[in-house]
Amino acid sequence: MTALEVAYRTHSRRVLATLIRVLGNFDTAEEALHDAFAAAAQSWPREGEPANPHAWLVAVGRFKAIDRFRRRARLERALPELSAQLELEGEAAVSHSDEEIADDELRLIFTCCHPALSPDARIALTLREVAGLTTEEIARAFLAPVPTIAQRIVRAKARLREETSPFRAPSLSEIAGRIETVLHVIYLIFNEGYSASGGAQLVRFELSREAIRLGRLVVGLLDEPEAVGLLALMLLHEARRETRTTASGEIVLLEDQDRAKWDRPQIAEGVALVERALESRRFGAYTLQAAIAAIHAEAPRASDTDWGQIVSFYDVLARVEPSPVVLLNRAVALGMRDGPAAGLEAVEAVLATGALDDYPFGHSARAEMCRRLGRVEDARVSYERALRVARQEPERRFLERSIARL
Amino acid sequence: MRYICLVYLEEKPLEGQLVPGFVVDLGMSRAHEVAKACNAYDEELQSRGHLILGHPLSPSDNAITVRVRDGKMSTTDGPFAETKEVLGGFILVEARDLNEAIRIAAEMPLAKLGSIEVRPIHVAGASG
Repeated sequence: MTALEVAYRTHSRRVLATLIRVLGNFDTAEEALHDAFAAAAQSWPREGEPANPHAWLVAVGRFKAIDRFRRRARLERALPELSAQLELEGEAAVSHSDEEIADDELRLIFTCCHPALSPDARIALTLREVAGLTTEEIARAFLAPVPTIAQRIVRAKARLREETSPFRAPSLSEIAGRIETVLHVIYLIFNEGYSASGGAQLVRFELSREAIRLGRLVVGLLDEPEAVGLLALMLLHEARRETRTTASGEIVLLEDQDRAKWDRPQIAEGVALVERALESRRFGAYTLQAAIAAIHAEAPRASDTDWGQIVSFYDVLARVEPSPVVLLNRAVALGMRDGPAAGLEAVEAVLATGALDDYPFGHSARAEMCRRLGRVEDARVSYERALRVARQEPERRFLERSIARL
Repeated sequence: MRYICLVYLEEKPLEGQLVPGFVVDLGMSRAHEVAKACNAYDEELQSRGHLILGHPLSPSDNAITVRVRDGKMSTTDGPFAETKEVLGGFILVEARDLNEAIRIAAEMPLAKLGSIEVRPIHVAGASG
């Protein structure tokens, strides 16, 4: 990597965030970012990297944007008021301190998570504008055609221009109202990078890392226990990334994972964050899931797991978020605490609602309880049912292996 | 990444020859302004490191389409498809991703008069 490529990786996302605030428009800011780095490519090798690269790049980008406005105004006899306004705002608009820069980034996340956009559009826009991924990388991560993602981004930007006219960053009260959406987008980005479905491994890894970076950013700037809980949840999952699959991509269950390979410093950080969020007494679903992940992470062996405590957290979680998957996980934990007969009864109660008919792990949970009770035929029926609704290859192979072992 | 921006324009007859439709529709003096704007934008793209190559094409009645089927070559007069708009020129640009290429295409003066197809240049060994 050349020095300039390193500088691009280090500074481009934050410079863009500031330029979007200063210039008030995504496309103008992206052009300005390009121009700023083009100018850096000319002058930095000659004069050395400036003491404050961020400020330098923002100042140059802003100047180039004004320059271009002026030239186009001459050519098309339009937009003179825009460049005049920009010049009035002057250098004061350029952020300098780390805090101001983080502020710009955070503001941008909240802009990308505007309630007028669909969840898909929020994710695509956040990944491109905040995380700095290219359209092609986003398409690879979501296994979607590149033009589909490109159009989603184009439309999202157009929608934002309509919604916020003239373009305006969200106020503090709006930020508070959008925190839930923002955390959800960050969580979806993380899951996309963490889930076992296809896509380029490297991009997936980068998605999870970026989600954690965004999580840290939100935690650093807003006093929000659920943001702390989400960051903890991501760190605790990420700490186990290496052990969740074999080198050939086969699923390894939590109880079979090599706990010696779990990332202990990351777990320690996650656990401390869980404790901080729980102490606030204003926590929600992310914190509770993180608390459960923390109990798993702290058990030296699978057999040491404190299932009693896990069931208690699931009880609270089921009140906060009574989704079928949460209820299923609670039933499985109950089976670990009270034995497979109690577990089977609880799992079957959840399955009877029909909400998990297409969810392979509902059927495989029943199969597992039956297997432990020695009801091999019942186990086989449920595993085969799971296999019929499994969509991903690693899931299918995992279920086939389970059937073969019966 | 490299992207080609294919500029499609309607053609109209003028003094017995096909010319880009806007020349007829806008009149000569406005058509000159469009040409000037196109040149200015080419220069801008050049100075910003986006432009690799760009050319207008001569009218489509000069086009001939070649294909080989079962070892036999055949030619057809005119552009490949019978549509109102024909390929009028192209610009090959360097852009970070498809959305940047779209942004560059959207600012081409001819985007207001015709339509521009943006396609990535195939890179050997890359998928998609």
